Amino acid sequence: MQYAMLIHEKPGYVEALTEDEQKAVFAEYVALAQDPRARGSAQLQPIETATTVRVQDGQTLTTDGPYADTKEAFGGYYVFEADNLDEAIELATRIPAARLGGAIEVRPLVER
Amino acid sequence: MLASLVGFLGDFDLAEEAAQEAFAVAAERWPRDGVPANPGAWLTVTARNRAIDRIRRERTLATKVRQLEVPEAKMDELDDIVIEDERLELVFTCCHPALALEAQVALTLRALGGLTTEEIARAFLVSEETMKRRLSRAKAKIKATGIPFAVPAEHQLPDRLDAALAVVYLIYNEGYSGRIDLAGEAIRLGRVLAVLMPDEPEVLGLLALMLIHHARRKARFSGDELVLLEDQDRSLWDAEEIGAGRTALERALALRGRGPYVLQAAIASLQAEERIDWNEVAALYGRLAQITHSPVVELNRAVAVAQAGSTEHALEIVDGLDLDDYQYLHSTRGELLRRLGRTVEARAAYEHALEFASSEPERRFLARRIAEL
Repeated sequence: MQYAMLIHEKPGYVEALTEDEQKAVFAEYVALAQDPRARGSAQLQPIETATTVRVQDGQTLTTDGPYADTKEAFGGYYVFEADNLDEAIELATRIPAARLGGAIEVRPLVER
Repeated sequence: MLASLVGFLGDFDLAEEAAQEAFAVAAERWPRDGVPANPGAWLTVTARNRAIDRIRRERTLATKVRQLEVPEAKMDELDDIVIEDERLELVFTCCHPALALEAQVALTLRALGGLTTEEIARAFLVSEETMKRRLSRAKAKIKATGIPFAVPAEHQLPDRLDAALAVVYLIYNEGYSGRIDLAGEAIRLGRVLAVLMPDEPEVLGLLALMLIHHARRKARFSGDELVLLEDQDRSLWDAEEIGAGRTALERALALRGRGPYVLQAAIASLQAEERIDWNEVAALYGRLAQITHSPVVELNRAVAVAQAGSTEHALEIVDGLDLDDYQYLHSTRGELLRRLGRTVEARAAYEHALEFASSEPERRFLARRIAEL
């Protein structure tokens, strides 16, 4: 089964680390992306770059800022192939944002 | 039987339907042909075969059955078949923290306790329709998210065991507040867990805790009135159940268990003694508070300190707690102030507690205390 890991970060959590710690965290993200079970991953630019788009009655409404008005910001995702939810949860615990004030939402993908 | 079917079929609904069909077949055949030598195995094999038939009919075999190549068991080979006990896997599936707690409780009672949906609905004061929806949502999530039918890996086990024990204790406490016999059901589940995990001290600790509390249930009320521990008629206590609880507790202690359930069981055991060693009780609450960081545990420690004779010190502990919305903080303060002869303050504290009291017996109890001042 494939699971999406939606990474919700505490804003500024990387900047709060020392330079060495930042390097170590970055290496962890890269290692996860290179795990043989990884099927895809992406890191988003910071929240300040977000633009939200809606179409109402044929009119495009474009606004500055992210869609979700939450303390944590959606910062990126992985997709992993895992046997079951326990394996997926174990992978999620290894994503640094999870232990640095953020949270990972684990969602299975629709199988086609 | 259900556990083994869920394990075999990988599907709760299918397993339940197959089990029901097997019971129906048994009801028809056993009176006519006699009860088979191994009724449990007969039922399981019949249910499996029925389920396989059904799946074949529905032509969704490939997705639904994990072990297609398993040959169908024949009825005359029954005595050689060992039905694998897969109840432990079922426990961890039902008590998976990815499910809502209320769903974990309902699933556990349904799948392990064998209660009907209607019984569970009645126990939790919701409509049968609501409970049915709650159960099917949980089953759908198990299927859609791939919650495994498995005992968790070593490194996940401690957390997951805590979750499973919390579900059983929650069921017990629902029963303790006077509804259907959920307390008895929780104890039965606790016994099953103790058989399945004989070397986990916290499992034994929880079982011991439930048994010792349950043994005092008849003395806890006089008619509809609450009776405090010190005023309880001990001849109403179930000595055999206390004994069974202490046996479980001793085993947990021998396994070097010092977790929260073991500590609470040890406290309950001390409180069931003829002469209660309140200093020891207070010390155990102190250790429990260190693990749980719970102000409610600190409040209990204060009560033990007062019973050991240091009312002033107990009041100091109580006044240092951040528990303003908690009824028992105020009733305890009332009692301590009464003992210190500070009647006016005692009355105010009792009245404060009365504002929070949720059950009728508790309200009457507090009103009596105020009247006695």
